[in-house]
Amino acid sequence: MKNRSFLEKAAAVPHAVWAVLFILAPLVIVCYFAFTDSYGTFTFDNISLLTGYTHIFVLSVCFALIATVICLLIGYPLAFFLSRLSPRTQKIFVVLLMLPMWISLLIRTYSLMALLDNGGLLNSLLSALGFAKAKIVGTSGAVILGMVYDFLPYMVLPIYTGLSKLDIHYFEAASDLGCNGVKTLFRVALPLSVPGIVSGVTMVFVPSISTFYISQKLGGGSFDLIGDTIERQFQNVSTYNIGAAISLVMMILILISVAVMNRFSDDEGEEIMV
Amino acid sequence: MKTLSRIYMWVVFLLLYAPILVLVLFSFNRAGSLNHFSTFSLYWYRELFRDTEALVALKNSLYLAVSSSVLATVIGTLAALGLDRMKSKAVKTAIKSVTNIPMMNPDIVTGVSMMLLFVAGMSLSFLPIRFGFGTMLVAHTTFNLPYVILSVLPRFQQMDKHLKEAALDLGCTPTRTFFRVELPLILPGVVSGLMLGFTLSLDDFVISHFVSSPDFQTLPLYVYNQTAHEVKYSMYALCALMVFVILGLLLLVNFAGSRGPKTKKAPRAGKVGGVA
Repeated sequence: MKNRSFLEKAAAVPHAVWAVLFILAPLVIVCYFAFTDSYGTFTFDNISLLTGYTHIFVLSVCFALIATVICLLIGYPLAFFLSRLSPRTQKIFVVLLMLPMWISLLIRTYSLMALLDNGGLLNSLLSALGFAKAKIVGTSGAVILGMVYDFLPYMVLPIYTGLSKLDIHYFEAASDLGCNGVKTLFRVALPLSVPGIVSGVTMVFVPSISTFYISQKLGGGSFDLIGDTIERQFQNVSTYNIGAAISLVMMILILISVAVMNRFSDDEGEEIMV
Repeated sequence: MKTLSRIYMWVVFLLLYAPILVLVLFSFNRAGSLNHFSTFSLYWYRELFRDTEALVALKNSLYLAVSSSVLATVIGTLAALGLDRMKSKAVKTAIKSVTNIPMMNPDIVTGVSMMLLFVAGMSLSFLPIRFGFGTMLVAHTTFNLPYVILSVLPRFQQMDKHLKEAALDLGCTPTRTFFRVELPLILPGVVSGLMLGFTLSLDDFVISHFVSSPDFQTLPLYVYNQTAHEVKYSMYALCALMVFVILGLLLLVNFAGSRGPKTKKAPRAGKVGGVA
């Protein structure tokens, strides 16, 4: 190949500068804030103060894990059934699946709250039918329900994309060799859809563990998750440093778990991506 | 088995849509209550359009989404060109991995880190930084960039390199070759990157929440502030309107256009899939 033109040599420079200034520098500054006090002197205090937040970390991880597992249990069969439909029907259902992803998370959470709230539709129905009102908003179940409801499409779509690309002959071969439907699902489809599952799990787990709107609205203020805690620290200049320390720890935890999960899928995940 | 799977699908979709349908239905309820439906009315829609704050927020949102997606598309397309022609593999991998950081990180961390960057910048008194349109533009462009590069770079990699050589042999200058030969070939990727950036920017709440100021509010920030304390039924109308617009756009893209549904949201579906 001939020498590269000036345009080709310089083309990536603006982006490289942008990435250093606005991707790398912010992360360095988070580290700086995490290891200094509000006067800028170096300290480990913020990190050691984090032990006081252990229960919040544990609670958030539990909520996010439960929501992810429920999403997987509901979402996998849905993706499987979707991929077995005729192409035309598939297209319609994929649009139906994507529509909620396009509606703002705020709106979806808010509408769920309107449905479940004390004076909401569900309770009006219950009392009209003569049942006692159910207190749903403000329970841990409501927060988890909110996560499942908000992020379920993010679980289904990558799994579905992977499954719909599978060669139909695999399934025919399996049934020819005497596999029934359930066995085909577990022995053929499931192992082949690991990359889709990994990307679905990450896409549900990461926003679930870092959310603050869902817990604010559906938790009724009785649950403090990592997201809520971080958000609160950044409302007041004096707590920026501890907020930075919490963010840093959460980021490291998430990067580690994403890296571990990606080990499962080798590099096949790339296929799902594009 | 077949009926069972059909029933399962319908139930899940029904649950997925129930809250949205309720919201849309009660946005037409004159009584402004979820307990009883009095009369069908557009009262809350009129209330919404009387609310100048909402209209300003909508204008801000569109303004920000257009400028950040255009800026990200220009920088990102150039970056894809540069990455495609880059000789050093190490530099290429380094740039690519740094670019992917905002996609892997939870939004709240990206938001917080951007906010701290600006706070630190403000302490240097010679930099005229204040929260508002400028900081939001920088933040939105940053999270749009990886999506633009992700949709443009494959186009460069799939392009027949002989076309470019032919153009150069026939006397085109390199710059002219880029605009006349290469750009038309990568255009579908550029357009889908632009549209993806536009919608991501329009939809973003978490990152904006940390880098905005009260005098530059976008629509999601406005919804957040309005829903913080009490239920406002004009918000139902706003949400219902958004649902209608999105539904219309989706139908248009999927059924009027000939291209499949995976052009738009699908790359986001792979959000974290690209870590490997």
